[in-house]
Amino acid sequence: MKVSLSWLNEYVSVDMDVSALADALTMAGLEVDTVTDRYEYLRNVLTGRVLSVSSHPNADKLKICKVDIGENVISVVCGAPNVRKDSIGAVALPGMVFPDGRVLEKGVIRGEESEGMLCSETELGIGPDASEIMVLNSNISVGIHLAEALNLSDTVIEIDLTPNRPDCLSIIGIAREVAVFQGTTITYPDIPISDSDRTILDYTSVTIDDPERCPRYAAKLVFDITVAPSPFWLQDRLMSVGLRPVNNIVDITNFVMMETGQPLHAFDFDRLSENRIVVRCADKGETFTTLDQKERALTTNMLMICDGKKPVALAGIMGGMNSEIDDSTTRVFLESAYFDPVCIRKTSKKLSLNTDASHRFERGVDPAGTVAAMNRAAQLMAEMAGGRLIGGSIDNHPAPICAKKIILDVKQTNNRLGTDLNRYEMSKYLKSIEFTVEDQGDTSLSVVPPFFRVDVSRPEDLMEEVARLSGYNNIPTTFPHIPAEVRLPVKLLRERGRIRNLMTGFGYTEVVNYSFIHPSFCDNLQLNEDDSRRNVVEILNPLTEDQAVLRTSLIPGLLKTMHHNTSHQIKNIRIFEIGKTFFSSGKDNQPDEVEFLSGLLTGSRFDLSWHFSETECDFYDIKGVVEELLNSLRVDNIKFTSRSDVSLDYTLPGHTAQIFAGEERIGQVGRLHPRVLKPFDLKQTAYIFEINLDSLIPHIPDTKFSKSVPRFPFISRDITIIIDKDTESRNILEYLDNIGEQLVEGIHLFDVYEGKPVSAGKKSISFRIIYRSPDQTLEDEQVNSIHHAITGRLIDEFHATLPA
Amino acid sequence: MDKTIDQIYEEALNELAAADIETVTDLSVRYLGRKGIITQFLRNISKLPKEIRPEAGKRANQVKSDLEKKFREAVEQVESKTSGPVDGIDVSLPGRPARPGILHPITQITLEICDIFSRLGFDIAEGPEVETDYYNFEALNIPKNHPARDMQDTFYISDNIVLRTHTSPTQPRVMQKQSPPVRIIAPGKVYRCDSDITHTPMFNQVEGLLVDENVSFGDLKGVLTIFIHQMFDAETSLRFRPSFFPFTEPSAEVDMKCVICRGEGCRVCSHTGWLEILGAGMVHPAVFENVGYDIKKYSGFAFGMGVERIAMLKYKIDDTRKFFENDIRFLRQF
Repeated sequence: MKVSLSWLNEYVSVDMDVSALADALTMAGLEVDTVTDRYEYLRNVLTGRVLSVSSHPNADKLKICKVDIGENVISVVCGAPNVRKDSIGAVALPGMVFPDGRVLEKGVIRGEESEGMLCSETELGIGPDASEIMVLNSNISVGIHLAEALNLSDTVIEIDLTPNRPDCLSIIGIAREVAVFQGTTITYPDIPISDSDRTILDYTSVTIDDPERCPRYAAKLVFDITVAPSPFWLQDRLMSVGLRPVNNIVDITNFVMMETGQPLHAFDFDRLSENRIVVRCADKGETFTTLDQKERALTTNMLMICDGKKPVALAGIMGGMNSEIDDSTTRVFLESAYFDPVCIRKTSKKLSLNTDASHRFERGVDPAGTVAAMNRAAQLMAEMAGGRLIGGSIDNHPAPICAKKIILDVKQTNNRLGTDLNRYEMSKYLKSIEFTVEDQGDTSLSVVPPFFRVDVSRPEDLMEEVARLSGYNNIPTTFPHIPAEVRLPVKLLRERGRIRNLMTGFGYTEVVNYSFIHPSFCDNLQLNEDDSRRNVVEILNPLTEDQAVLRTSLIPGLLKTMHHNTSHQIKNIRIFEIGKTFFSSGKDNQPDEVEFLSGLLTGSRFDLSWHFSETECDFYDIKGVVEELLNSLRVDNIKFTSRSDVSLDYTLPGHTAQIFAGEERIGQVGRLHPRVLKPFDLKQTAYIFEINLDSLIPHIPDTKFSKSVPRFPFISRDITIIIDKDTESRNILEYLDNIGEQLVEGIHLFDVYEGKPVSAGKKSISFRIIYRSPDQTLEDEQVNSIHHAITGRLIDEFHATLPA
Repeated sequence: MDKTIDQIYEEALNELAAADIETVTDLSVRYLGRKGIITQFLRNISKLPKEIRPEAGKRANQVKSDLEKKFREAVEQVESKTSGPVDGIDVSLPGRPARPGILHPITQITLEICDIFSRLGFDIAEGPEVETDYYNFEALNIPKNHPARDMQDTFYISDNIVLRTHTSPTQPRVMQKQSPPVRIIAPGKVYRCDSDITHTPMFNQVEGLLVDENVSFGDLKGVLTIFIHQMFDAETSLRFRPSFFPFTEPSAEVDMKCVICRGEGCRVCSHTGWLEILGAGMVHPAVFENVGYDIKKYSGFAFGMGVERIAMLKYKIDDTRKFFENDIRFLRQF
């Protein structure tokens, strides 16, 4: 909502400076967005004296003028007949943006250079005269800003209005607020119209078929008007708040809307069939061409203003081509109505047609201001378009909107606000904004808000007004009573925090990617056709195709992050993300939201330093992180398997392990499949892991118990066996774990070797077994016999041999 | 008493001068040990004639302390000779890297916010990111076809399913499950179809809700003042100004004195000296009615804040899109 300060001053004398005014409006709940100098656009227009006028060699109607603009003399090509030597004009310089949007550039006109432009009032948007260039008073200095020379000054305040305050969608509405915080009075426009006469009924009638959607419809006739451009002051008012002047009749309806907040519509009376109005909903299949020349398909819940035969306006939103005011119009049917806000909003949304009128109707106009605004406009039409008012008016009011009485409890108000106001103070505040207040005993007030405050209907709304007017910042700051009653923290939150800390401890940096993603990610990840991750949630109105569906995996985001960083010369990357993935359960249901932890590793194992040679990281680097993470969380039933009964898609078979907690698959870790690199525009090998947190978290124990640390020393024995290359080391480790030998405390795999002298198809594998007794110091002989037995069992079980 | 103390002294000095690494410690023990010559001498002083006793005792003690000093010096000298020049390392070389990862700045700020409110007795709650129209709007007193819906540009999945536009749906979700008193803080991702230097289509909010008997607007001011003082600094002043949220009444926007210019006026605060930091208000009775709370008995307040906004102010970040670019060089600064 734009407010011109000079317009505002018509109704309330603003006695504070602009920044104080802006601040006061903001503190009254009308947040000021910007404060601008209305004539800022004239900064490239200077006063200039025409030093000489000579004819243009290549054009009869053009002149070449030398113009003194103070600092220098410029050459200007001008076609205006009234350009005279020694006259002072308004010179626009290159860079000037005219109100119509044109930008002035230094140019060559018919072969002659022109370094500026002598302008007319209309071109500059400051006056009505378009026929000739401006000629300023001869005592005006040369080379000063035109705005200064003409004393043009106005400030436009743009207010970011919240939807609860439609009463402030007008200059008078804002003036009311200003008057309240200034403690001054407001002057309403004088409307000297009396409605005793009923002549209007001889000419027309209004029938409301749908009183629910149209509770009130008023009309007035103005005959013998002449359609012409509006007087400049009126155009100027409209332009000051960003509206475009059209003609006097349309301009008057817009002016009164901006002034009072009541949208009006003027019909060409002679284009209304049967010279009458019917308010009804559209018929099925009906179409209608609005003023913007678009044909609209109507539905049966759209309210239409019709004449005796057909629709002539989309109620409360836009008029129609078929009844538009044009140059030939002489008789005007003026409409002022109150339409149901929900009805207007539905239609406006459905047709994607948002107008100044619909904006006001859907928020709620003043149901008591219908006739006054209409009369104001009719009066102006009589004054400015030579119109003759037909006696009387129509005011059909089939569903009157009643005043709401609200009881405000003084004590409850103070309790709710934390204030200590008495009922006189509360009453004073409410009366200052035109609320009707009566005492209701000693403890409460009976309050009737004015009709234009459509937002006030409950005691809490009154409390807000009391708080607002007494000043939010004058309410004492207190602290609530908080009892010592605490709930246990949610396990998910606690464990998520631990996981984050562990991951950063492992050197992984956290990233956050958008939850939405390009629909091609499934194909890019090479997911199978029947993969559940293809079951994406689609967004109906995405901003871009890149954000059209919700992710079912965090991997694409990590790959995107990798791409961003590698393309900025960062080659060594270790990152992780914790976030939701979304699996559709049908368009009309909330999707399943599954939280994942995913990580990515690429580049060298260590950043460049003198300690290590630059070695590429590999599978075991990332697997180690996953193992240590799960160990640190004390999840004790983790297994990594190469099981391939789950589709591996974006990781490379043979370089991928599934992660199991007990029998439940909770994730996977592996090398990114080379075929996935290209779709994500990646060049270097990467390793990834992903863990379903919703699955993992139940496996994290809630309690931990201490065990006593060993008192007796251990004895270690190494064993190396040669087995088939394809035998997974996991099998041997599991076998040893389950061998049932009490004294075995730990098994460490410390070497795996393939190649000579080990024969082809075989590998050698070495373990260190730690033996310890909880009760005594072990003897070598004791351990030797157990170790020998274990060696024998391994050889049998895995068809192993001992190294030569 | 065969020898005088001065004779002993002279012999000791001679022997010390001739001592080497192996013998110096033994020599020290031979003279000064528990059964050492000097010790013996001192013990036998009582046997000397009475008239020379004081003089001899004094002299003996002088000799003892002098020898103690000389032996100590000799031992030190010997020790320093034995260790010789140290075969050192270049300690100015950088150590072996042990570089931790960094939590995303949004996470860090969210944790900081949650920590402050946890200390104030608030529990942490979470809710789904894809919401029903009911929880995102209707339950919060934003009916269908209400202009208040224009306040938030919504991503739709269907007519009835949306990406939540705020963390506020957590309010009715928690209240439906729990009777008062309620004190929760709800962090999370939210979504709006808006994208420019100050808006990303996904961002993070933290919602707060406190419901109990006799909760006042003054209490809301108190809690938020404490929060801002903890989050920024205790000198930061706040102002509350009327605003509109359909689910609170009265509603307030909370501004804090610009942390960049200290209220002088700068680009960040659009030269107003104030920064919008929070939306807040007393829970609207319609919201209580929707969850079946007794509006006569209970009152409460709610507030919401943008995590990116706070992070931008705290870390002086000028473009909110940087949070989701995940440039490692950016992330490692926090």
